[in-house]
Amino acid sequence: MGLIMNKTRTAGRTVGGLRTLSLQAPAVSLLFLWMIVPLAMTVWFSLQRYNLLMPEMTGFAGLENYEYLFTDPALWSAMGTTLLMVGWVLVITVVGGTLLAVLFQQEFFGQGIARVLAISPFFVMPTVSALVWKNMMMHPANGVLSWVAESLGLPAVDWFSSLPLTSIIIIVAWQWLPFALLILLTAMQSLDEDQVEAARMDGAGPIAIFFFITLPHLKRAISVVIMIEMIFLLTIFAEIFVTTSGGPGLATTNLAYLIYIQALLDFDIGMASAGGVVAIILANIVAIFLVRMVAKNLES
Amino acid sequence: MTTARTKPLSSAEPGQLAQGSSWLGALRNRRLWLGVLGWTVACLIFFPIFWMVLTGFKTEAAAVADPSLIFSPTLDSYAEVQNRANYLHFALNSVVVAFGSTLLALLIAIPSAYSMAFLPTKRTKGTLLWMLSTKMLPPVGVLVPIYLLFRDTGLLDTRTGLIIVYTLMNLPIVVWMLYTFFKDMPKDILEAGRMDGASTLQEVLYLLLPLTLPGIASTGLLAVILSWNEAFWSLNLTSSQAAPLTAYIASFSSPEGLFWAKLSAASTMAIAPILVFGWLTQKQMVRGLTFGAVK
Repeated sequence: MGLIMNKTRTAGRTVGGLRTLSLQAPAVSLLFLWMIVPLAMTVWFSLQRYNLLMPEMTGFAGLENYEYLFTDPALWSAMGTTLLMVGWVLVITVVGGTLLAVLFQQEFFGQGIARVLAISPFFVMPTVSALVWKNMMMHPANGVLSWVAESLGLPAVDWFSSLPLTSIIIIVAWQWLPFALLILLTAMQSLDEDQVEAARMDGAGPIAIFFFITLPHLKRAISVVIMIEMIFLLTIFAEIFVTTSGGPGLATTNLAYLIYIQALLDFDIGMASAGGVVAIILANIVAIFLVRMVAKNLES
Repeated sequence: MTTARTKPLSSAEPGQLAQGSSWLGALRNRRLWLGVLGWTVACLIFFPIFWMVLTGFKTEAAAVADPSLIFSPTLDSYAEVQNRANYLHFALNSVVVAFGSTLLALLIAIPSAYSMAFLPTKRTKGTLLWMLSTKMLPPVGVLVPIYLLFRDTGLLDTRTGLIIVYTLMNLPIVVWMLYTFFKDMPKDILEAGRMDGASTLQEVLYLLLPLTLPGIASTGLLAVILSWNEAFWSLNLTSSQAAPLTAYIASFSSPEGLFWAKLSAASTMAIAPILVFGWLTQKQMVRGLTFGAVK
């Protein structure tokens, strides 16, 4: 379509179009393959009877895999766990990130270094942060948290067996709070200082300034943080893999971990693919809004 | 900001001085309390990392003893981790995979970003957005086919396999960031080069790349950070041969592997370079992580 339109125009434009095509071809075609081939395969497998442990069972299954998947209580438990993880981490990181952004925007001694310390967890690889929290912070006998609890005369908590989901949420929130802080701090920098000053002159207190000037200014950045975090948090994996392995029972099995169990531990390719399709659909619901917002920004 | 506000005070009339200095005192006090609060929060957030670094310098016995800041530091754990030659093997995998995939992504992305920034067509915007949308495909949704494709083509547990995955994973962000940096460049300079008879290749090599080097560097660093810390594909697609540090550290999760000091030493070495990269590029990183939606 586009090519035909180009050809009807001047020769120079066609050459430009060709040049654009050849320059963009590697990136576009590779990304196209990377997206479309696995996607098509996932959808195809999800309609097949395909279990690596039962090679004789093959053939078209129709919606059988989806039927099994949706009647499996594990799926609903995993969906609930996914929602709880995403929801709580979002609440903690967005509320915490906003407050921290306001705090670190203020001038105080060594503010630059304090900022750098506060955003550091975001650069720590997930397996390291999960293990540091598991072994050194939350360990029931030798962890720092149990030592603090004991020093205060409180009973030590066996985090991963009594509060498994909370523990994972704490670890993931610790990793993503700095992300929210980093983005919101950047957004704060474009806050109109004169407007704040004018409001102060008019007798507005810090709380009023926060709710009527700062928060509306951060609205857009906050929604970007929420959408990007949702897409990543939907498929938390490493933190669960190295701490609880989805347990006890199914307590910390989210959608990503359930698919991993079905595919690489139970070898049920058909079921796992059906789960994959569900994950893709969920992520796309969020992605549509995010892409729209980025598009709007491109125009301005 | 605050200094600007205090300036008029110093030139205030003598009568107002008393009132002014108490106001100044209150301001100083406020800044002091803000400082205390800010530093407390920052230290609390940083504490797990600090504690890990500290534990790396302890003996195994001291590492599991009651938490204490006072101990005789030792480099034993570092030496031991280094001696188990395999640490270097995993570290080398991380380096090869992270830098290999970054270079490859830059190589593929530069022509594409160049044409988007300097030869935009009607479809440029659509292409950019489409590229971003590929980033939103959850990896777990395509784990099964990628795993099977890799198994059948012998790419499982190879560095090449991981490099391919990471290149494609980061390509949209790299194209996006380069595009924004290229677009910020004044067009006249390229125009002048073209007038002087430079070919497209010369234009890119001798004008565009040197002038946008800081932008390209921070794009590359972000891609290195993302690849270095990636833990979904590395855990699922590698076992021993090509396993990078993320997977190596994960092997410490088994109950019999309770060597906290060694885990800490290995972890400290694994995150130190990336922490520094992250600190250096935090400003430009926002651009890449939010696709330019937050400035």
